[in-house]
Amino acid sequence: MKAKVIEVSGLTKKFGNFTAVDHITFDVKEGEIFGFLGANGAGKTTAMQMLCGISMPTAGAGTVAGYDIIKENERIKRNIGYMSQKFSLYEDLKVWENIRLFGGIYGLTDKVIATKTDALLERLNFREERNTMVKYLPLGWKQKLAFSVAIFHEPKIVFLDEPTGGVDPAMRRQFWEMIYEAADQGITVFVTTHYMDEAEYCNRVSIMVDGRIDALDTPAELRRQFNADSMDEVFRQLARKAKRGD
Amino acid sequence: MKQFIAFVRKEFRHIMRDNRTLLIILGMPVVEILLFGFAINMEVQNIRVAFYDPTPDAFTTGIAERIRQNSYFNYQGNMQSMEEMEVAMRKGKLDLAVVFPQNFQESLVHSGKAAVQLLSNSSDPNRGSISATYATAIIASFQQEHTKLIQIPFQIQTENRMIYNPLMKSSYMFVPGIMGLVLMIICTIMTSVSIVREKERGTMEVLLASPLKQGTMIFAKTIPYMVISFIDFIIILLLSYFVLGVPINGSLLLLFMIAILYINLTLSYGLTVSTLVDKQVNAVIFSAITAMIPVLMLSGMIFPIDNMPLVLQALSAIVPARWFIEAVRKVMIQGLGITMIWKEILILIGMTLFLLGVTIAKTKKRLE
Amino acid sequence: MKTLKFLIEKEFKQMFRNPLIPRMIVMYPIMVLLVFPWAVSFEIKNIRIDVVDHSKSTYSKRLTDKIEASGYFILNDTPPDYRTAMLNMEHNETDMILEIPSSFDTDMVKNRTSGVGMAVNSVNGTMGLLGSNYITQIVNDFSSELRSELMHTLPPQSRASIKRMAQIDIVPQYKFNPSLDYKNFMIPGFMVLLLTLICGILPALNIVMEKENGTIQQINVTPVSRIHFILAKLIPFWVVGLVVMIISVSAAYLLYGLWPVGSVLAVLFSAIVFILSISGLGLIISNYSETMQQASFLVMFFILILILLGGMFTPVSSMPSWAQLIAAINPFSYLADTFRMLYLNGSKLADVTGNLLAMGVIAVILNGWAVFSYKKRG
Repeated sequence: MKAKVIEVSGLTKKFGNFTAVDHITFDVKEGEIFGFLGANGAGKTTAMQMLCGISMPTAGAGTVAGYDIIKENERIKRNIGYMSQKFSLYEDLKVWENIRLFGGIYGLTDKVIATKTDALLERLNFREERNTMVKYLPLGWKQKLAFSVAIFHEPKIVFLDEPTGGVDPAMRRQFWEMIYEAADQGITVFVTTHYMDEAEYCNRVSIMVDGRIDALDTPAELRRQFNADSMDEVFRQLARKAKRGD
Repeated sequence: MKQFIAFVRKEFRHIMRDNRTLLIILGMPVVEILLFGFAINMEVQNIRVAFYDPTPDAFTTGIAERIRQNSYFNYQGNMQSMEEMEVAMRKGKLDLAVVFPQNFQESLVHSGKAAVQLLSNSSDPNRGSISATYATAIIASFQQEHTKLIQIPFQIQTENRMIYNPLMKSSYMFVPGIMGLVLMIICTIMTSVSIVREKERGTMEVLLASPLKQGTMIFAKTIPYMVISFIDFIIILLLSYFVLGVPINGSLLLLFMIAILYINLTLSYGLTVSTLVDKQVNAVIFSAITAMIPVLMLSGMIFPIDNMPLVLQALSAIVPARWFIEAVRKVMIQGLGITMIWKEILILIGMTLFLLGVTIAKTKKRLE
Repeated sequence: MKTLKFLIEKEFKQMFRNPLIPRMIVMYPIMVLLVFPWAVSFEIKNIRIDVVDHSKSTYSKRLTDKIEASGYFILNDTPPDYRTAMLNMEHNETDMILEIPSSFDTDMVKNRTSGVGMAVNSVNGTMGLLGSNYITQIVNDFSSELRSELMHTLPPQSRASIKRMAQIDIVPQYKFNPSLDYKNFMIPGFMVLLLTLICGILPALNIVMEKENGTIQQINVTPVSRIHFILAKLIPFWVVGLVVMIISVSAAYLLYGLWPVGSVLAVLFSAIVFILSISGLGLIISNYSETMQQASFLVMFFILILILLGGMFTPVSSMPSWAQLIAAINPFSYLADTFRMLYLNGSKLADVTGNLLAMGVIAVILNGWAVFSYKKRG
């Protein structure tokens, strides 16, 4: 039995009258690749932002990496990495400058940053791009870089919000290889996506509909439960109940 | 045409949805016209005065009393020494010091001559010289009353009439200036930033690929801004008439026409800026640098253009606000008709056409 | 503390990647100080005047000549009647009209008194007032000239009483700026203006730009503390402001020979205190704005208020008391005052401690607010 690194119950977020996230309860185990699925507007990003400590829950409780999400959100931040839907490295900084900045923010020393940067660029085959301004990189490369930066400080958990949005299938496959590598190193991966084929790569998935979690299990178990051939079909069955549009 | 209207609608909806920006754009002129209309005053008032009078007598106390009673002066006390006076002045606590010599009355009565020294803090030359002038006038009138001459012969009386602004209100002069300044800032930033933002996000390319002609599209984009700016103008006009009491002596219609021409000009300038820069920050910096300081300094809003060296007079001719402000002053305050402002009108139109030409040429080049 | 280094490094890199910013920091102060001080002048020369001379006598001609020779006026026209002169004023060809009645000289000789009429375009109140003062002065001079010429026509008794008339000499002395040069007064003001623009606008656009680009979210999920984040934003602007000041002080010296009579270090020190407060204001605006457009409107709005109610162009003491209250919380008015004292009055650092203290308090409040209003969690 592995330890639980994320554990929440009754987590809720309201914006005025609108309930974006409606009493969700789940847990994520150490080293797991946890898929967080849902249609656009289902509340995935909001839920993830509460876990990362950048959105204050309206109700509910939980811990991430052993810290309380209400009171110890700044502690949580030391132990997680985050890569958002919107590409969020600094476009007007060079590749190495972005790595250095985020390394420095997490308290790594200049020396550690320098050696790790070399290793990272080597691994990604990015040596040539060391001095390239990020805005000139192709999208797929940017996302690989953003992911690498998000786990540069070796966090316990990494949150990925639609990491493969807009990139071609070949690049997506490469990206998922990187995710597996990270998981092998013991980093728990919490990933939202709306590509259902990617759901198959996860150890467990949860499916959000209208702010609630309607299903949570391994992909195989879900297919069995819903009597479906693919995750895509599982998802379509659930999505039919949704009242919220885009 | 249908497409065009649909597009204008879309732009309107876009702007109306952003409540906060709308509030800022409409609220900003209200606050500013009220603040500046009431607060900005060129008149020199509240002159902090002190006296140094080693041997007080009937004359010196009389003069001091006169100055203290005068509403322009604010009496700070009598100084015990010249040093004390110097220190107070250096610390910026004193504007004017009236220094009497020893035995003032005695020398005046016996030799018929005595001197009063006025030390005026002239780091602000205007304030410095005007405070001295006020004090001089008070002392002179005191003297006249005490020379016991019934009448000095061969006096020429001057009868003054202040035309257009008999109460010499500063607001008459500033209100057209503030209109010109506020509209310039709002319109330029509004257009340049919002278009550069679309450039930054890449949505401009999408729009340019739409079936609408490029010129039409840009025109459609500016229509909502035109409407909002015109509402701003009306708000300013209403406030200055009803709250600040600035008259509208000329034709309202003519005033509206000038406003529309000027708004078009400033929006065109915003468009031109948007073709020159590709970052929102730079659009703001550029607009701020070119729209604010030149209007403050060279439009005649505060400083009369006639006093400037010729080079600057020439430079001021390319400041759009100058022509707007002149036209508004003529119509609003002097009550003049269109025959008196055709020059300003032509210049405003000419500048607009020039800027639009530059914008179109620049945009074409970029797309090719 | 270590994270601060990385954050500041990043801010500087970003700042200098935008080629407009370093150029602005260097060129703009020089440009502003080179051009705009010349535009500022209330010493009114070249007032255009129309003289409507109905008298056409020796005296009226002498008065006209005297006005023209004064150096303040330009004789625009001598129209035959007031109506024509008024038309000239409407066409903005003349600023003043002097009307000399047909009985000007006969009144003078027979009744020993006479009068002239004057109409001034007073849309610009100060200019109108000064213009009419000048004319009154010239007319008074002229009348005392006539007095001494025509003295012999007076009865001996009144001649004696005029001679006995006691005379008070009024000797004005213009301290700190004896040549009454407006440039000397305005240049320190322009320095404050430059600091306000550069160190106000740049911070105001800074955080909101990260919001628009989405990078702020990336920062918010990191353990960076709010104080470090805000400090890293502020420190580069303090440096920029100091550079702007050094360039401005040098430019003022090289272009106009203007150097603080007090201490130049005091000038730089007070500038730093001011930059602290103004860049804090910029960040607050940035924190409360959702888009760069909002931020830019707001920052321009506040900058205009700071400048126009801060005594840059019109004296604070002439404002109504509520506006003077605004000036009491306006860092602009404190620095403009301080600079002018240090530059012209020869004040020492000790003389301006009150102003520095006030600016310091404002800076602490604004920067505290900037940290407080930066929310890492929504």
